[in-house]
Amino acid sequence: MLEIKNLHVQVEGNEILKGVNLTVERGKVHAIMGPNGSGKSTLAQVLAGREEYEVTEGQVLFEGRDLLDMDPEVRAREGVFLAFQYPVEIPGVSNVYFLKAALNAIRKHRGEEEMDAMEFLAYVRAKMKVVEMDESLLNRPVNEGFSGGEKKRNEIFHMSVLDPRLAILDETDSGLDIDALKIVSSGVNSLLSDQRSFVLITHYQRLLNYIVPDHVHCLLDGRIVRSGGKELALELEEKGYGWLEESASAAPVGA
Amino acid sequence: MTTTVGSGTQESYLATFERIQATGAAQPQRLRDTRRAAMDRFMELGFPTRKWEEWRATPIDPVVGTRFRSPETFEVAAGELEGFDLGGPRAVVVNGRFAPELSRLGGLPEGVTVCGLAEAIERHPERVEAHLGRHASFESHPFVALNTALMEDGVFVHVARGVVVEDPIGVVFVGRPEAEPTMSFPRLLLVAEESSEIRLVEQWVTVGEGRYLTSPVTEIVGYANATVDHYKVERESDEALHLATVQVWQDRDSNVSSHSISWGGALVRNDVNAVLDGEGCEATLNGLYLAEGDQLVDNHMRVEHARPHCDSHELYKGILEGRARAVFNGRIFVHEGAQKTDAKQTNRNLLMSKDALVQSNPQLEIFADDVRCTHGSTVGQLDSEAVFYLRSRGIGEEAARSLLTYAFAADIVERIRVEPVRRDLEEFLFRRLPKGDIVRQAV
Repeated sequence: MLEIKNLHVQVEGNEILKGVNLTVERGKVHAIMGPNGSGKSTLAQVLAGREEYEVTEGQVLFEGRDLLDMDPEVRAREGVFLAFQYPVEIPGVSNVYFLKAALNAIRKHRGEEEMDAMEFLAYVRAKMKVVEMDESLLNRPVNEGFSGGEKKRNEIFHMSVLDPRLAILDETDSGLDIDALKIVSSGVNSLLSDQRSFVLITHYQRLLNYIVPDHVHCLLDGRIVRSGGKELALELEEKGYGWLEESASAAPVGA
Repeated sequence: MTTTVGSGTQESYLATFERIQATGAAQPQRLRDTRRAAMDRFMELGFPTRKWEEWRATPIDPVVGTRFRSPETFEVAAGELEGFDLGGPRAVVVNGRFAPELSRLGGLPEGVTVCGLAEAIERHPERVEAHLGRHASFESHPFVALNTALMEDGVFVHVARGVVVEDPIGVVFVGRPEAEPTMSFPRLLLVAEESSEIRLVEQWVTVGEGRYLTSPVTEIVGYANATVDHYKVERESDEALHLATVQVWQDRDSNVSSHSISWGGALVRNDVNAVLDGEGCEATLNGLYLAEGDQLVDNHMRVEHARPHCDSHELYKGILEGRARAVFNGRIFVHEGAQKTDAKQTNRNLLMSKDALVQSNPQLEIFADDVRCTHGSTVGQLDSEAVFYLRSRGIGEEAARSLLTYAFAADIVERIRVEPVRRDLEEFLFRRLPKGDIVRQAV
């Protein structure tokens, strides 16, 4: 589904990603862990199409097509979803109407009928239950005045409504208390399917107690230096990242 | 005397003044004296130049450089006004003259007077005289002076003590351009007596093509405990020159809000002045200006806190495209003794093009020591992170930008409590913004 080959990315002249290789198969959950500044969020933003990040080398294929050549909205319509680490507050735009416009843009792209207000409301109500969203958050402006946990839940809610094929969660677990974490995790788990792939970017192993990954990768200084099964997460939690730093300067280990 | 386009000398305005004084010989002496004083003042002041502090950023060359005549047309087909009908009572003024046949003023509640100003001067001279020209000072403002000297008609609205007017009163000021540039100086006088309540919507519109100048003055008088909700919608053609003053005077415990929505006109200047002259007043001045092409829109606000325990809130927002220019000049003046004043002023501007320009200048002058006054002003572009966030959910770039632009304006739109006015503004935004149909769906 997703193939990242030797991806190099610069931000304002600084090289952040220094040759990332990663293959995510259909229906699999990949976790990417790494310390602050290792390039995790940069990777997420680049995959979603943030223009401030400059790809200097490498290739990303999504379902065999050149992802980097697509505008952010086209990626979304093709089925890529990024849950933001810091969801943006948008005063004046209603959460639910915005989501309807977004969903209809995606459906139109897929050649499906657009949903009318009634259909959409019924559809959305069902999705809200999944993340235990309060109905009042539907009618409020996007993320405006939401608590940290509400913002993250709203991201998962958007994800479940937009029904992506590839979901990238950028530190969606950071800053959540255990109750919120459980809600977010069960939202994700309910969306697991053999047709949908996940990339979970996280700073903390704790998330992986609730969402079980098929693969875990360690990103260090712009490269994936170690890949393994879910036990790698525990090892990283226990030993920190220091023991991998030597290999960071060596040749990257393939995923 | 030539009637072709040429320089508009002060003397040409003086000639118009003498003609009006001659025809209005039967008018009350005080009014005739006031007019004379105003004309004299205009002759002393002359036209403002860029050297005047209050006109520094607003060149009025198209006004000074054009010879305007008094209009000769005072009617339009009723069908031309369909788009500006709020459904309720309405007064219509065409080229400065009240048009009774286009107005719909039957069935007003008892205690509410809405009529032509000239008629009011004739029929209720004492009621009009008590207020007309007493609030809008022409001492330092050449166009208020001109209006005072040259006003011939307009609209008079009076709400008696304790009367609550349920339906908004619509006042449509129609510019009906002629072959040669014309000028008019209409005046609206709104008097809300003690504990009365009224909502009034001024709409400024154009029927036809051609250059013309309107320099109106609106005087709003809110007596004790009165509530006035006033709207001024500037939607004239791109050849219209509009130099307006709204002057508000408030007695104790009154609550006046004035909303200025401006998207039309080539050159638009709005002076909005509120004097809070009794304890416990509340004044709300909101505005939204949208300009594109070569439009220039200038909002000059002055809120004067003369008594203790008064609140004023000002929120003005602007969206500028093309080579449009905007000026915001907001001054809060707190007199000595106006303790416990709570004044807030905010001006925010969104620049959609590299060539658009905004000059925003909030000012506080405070002579009391126990007050809370804040002001802020921003000029910026759309937040690129917000654009990206919307795009990452599948919304196209153009639609995302339009959506955020709409959202920027939304808090002013939402403050409009007259439904047809709000709807007209929304429709205008949906039409103006690229991919407006998506915005319509998403808000």
